[in-house]
Amino acid sequence: MNGLAFVLRRTLLTIPVLWVMSIIVFLIIRLVPGDPVRTMLGFRATAANVAEVRRQLHLDEPLLQQYLDWAGGLLHGDLGQDLVSKAPLAELLAQRLPVTFELTGLAMLLAIAVGVPLGVRAATGGRWVKRLTSGFVVAGISIPDFWLGIMLVLVFAGTLTLLPPSGYVPFGDDPMQNLSYMVLPVLTLATAEAAYILRTTRSAMESVLQRPFVTFLRAKGISRRRITYGHALKNSAPTIVTVIGIQIGVLLGGAVIVETLFALPGVGRLIVTAVNQRNYPTVQAGVLAIAATFIIVSLITDLFIGWLDPRISDGASR
Amino acid sequence: MTALLEVDGLTKTFAAGGPPWRRRFVHALTEVSFALEAGRTLGVVGESGSGKSTLGRCLLALSTPDAGSIRFDGADLGSLSRSGLADFRRRVQPVFQDPYASLDPRWSVGRSVREALDVFRIGSTLDREQRVRELFDRVGLNPELAERMPRQLSGGQRQRVGIAAALATEPQLIVADEPVSALDVSVQAQILNLFRDLQRDLGVAAVFITHDLSVVEHISHDIAVMHLGRLVEFGRASEVLARPQHPYTRSLLAAVPPAIPTRTHPHN
Repeated sequence: MNGLAFVLRRTLLTIPVLWVMSIIVFLIIRLVPGDPVRTMLGFRATAANVAEVRRQLHLDEPLLQQYLDWAGGLLHGDLGQDLVSKAPLAELLAQRLPVTFELTGLAMLLAIAVGVPLGVRAATGGRWVKRLTSGFVVAGISIPDFWLGIMLVLVFAGTLTLLPPSGYVPFGDDPMQNLSYMVLPVLTLATAEAAYILRTTRSAMESVLQRPFVTFLRAKGISRRRITYGHALKNSAPTIVTVIGIQIGVLLGGAVIVETLFALPGVGRLIVTAVNQRNYPTVQAGVLAIAATFIIVSLITDLFIGWLDPRISDGASR
Repeated sequence: MTALLEVDGLTKTFAAGGPPWRRRFVHALTEVSFALEAGRTLGVVGESGSGKSTLGRCLLALSTPDAGSIRFDGADLGSLSRSGLADFRRRVQPVFQDPYASLDPRWSVGRSVREALDVFRIGSTLDREQRVRELFDRVGLNPELAERMPRQLSGGQRQRVGIAAALATEPQLIVADEPVSALDVSVQAQILNLFRDLQRDLGVAAVFITHDLSVVEHISHDIAVMHLGRLVEFGRASEVLARPQHPYTRSLLAAVPPAIPTRTHPHN
């Protein structure tokens, strides 16, 4: 298979994935116990009131009809309205998504900047480097982010008063202010991520460095540095990139907690609020936006790996 | 004539498990001594576990011997400086058993051949392209193949690439560890002929490590037979083959199938 066919096939494959995703998103919120109309109207509402509102919101129609209406709207770019505020969801997401993207994007960049070089050092360095990095991996992976977030707030916002504990200013309004609000959430989200990337990089590098061609290159007189960065890191790249692609999904999930913790007005917090209100259209739109983001990131990752490792786009066995 | 390579009393022991107070040891090499003159080929023969690969690793400065010395062109390997070791690496090049495993799977084979030229700064950038083409030609490969990845070549082609990569630095010695045992028999013969031609044309010395006596008998000037870490026989190939002194050598010779098989009864 040539490169173009691989790109086409992989891109077309996202369409059924997105479609199945929309069904899951649609059904899962309706499986949660609780009634949006009762939540909206309060416990004093009469049965007649509830039925009336239910009819207005088309919630009395069969599930299939509801899904077709919603999916039909999606195809025309209409995400529907928020049940509570009546605001168009497309507008709401346009405000919220940049916050989430900024948070997860910065966290991932920081995690890569820390995890990959440390992983390389961990695979090639001495005993103390290995011990220190192992300690970081165990701590980073086992500390839950809500706890880490609270501790960071206590230390940096509480005791040291270096950074604001929570809040948000759009980047366009005041970039410095925006970044100062982002430091703690990004650190919270990036710590576990850096630990995962470090561990992946270390094990990928270690397994490549044990391959016979490395001994061969050493015997040929190629320097250790050149073997590490020119050969071993390049051979480890597809593994590392795959894990980074998957971990972006994990980060988007983690953003829900971190946005709530730091009062960042991102999609994660939008979803949490909407779930509590059984605000079906908003939950659907928010989850769909996150899922679509992840599917697109996966697509980009796969295409990138196909470029890094032509064996994959060739369809040859590994 | 002075020797290019002098090995004297080489000994190497590995710990092979067991608790510290009763550790068992494997004597991979015991008091191995021999010398190789420039431009000659030495065939090192022995069964697996005889220490021949450990010898190869020591000769390539990948392992440090416990005792004894290796002198290359008069200089002791154990006391080489950093730059001395770099110079040694340029002048002594390896060829390994499985060329697929010894080439970076993500580098085109041309780039792999070229790497040593880049590392040792041999020739100008333009010269190096030309040199890679010459090397491919030299080992009987179409220079067009330089663009290919290792997985796109056959086993024999890959081993030719391995040899081209070894020749890139114009070494004085090639240490080849089982260079043909991963190949089909027909391809083995082609690679052995290539080694012999290179030897004749370029005058490069070679240590050819193998478990198969028939592999080395046609291309070696000298033969060393290893058994349980010791060098049990060493001499001119014709001498060793015609009048083996050690019983182990005789058993090795007996194991080589004759060129023209005679009819034998399976129960005889």
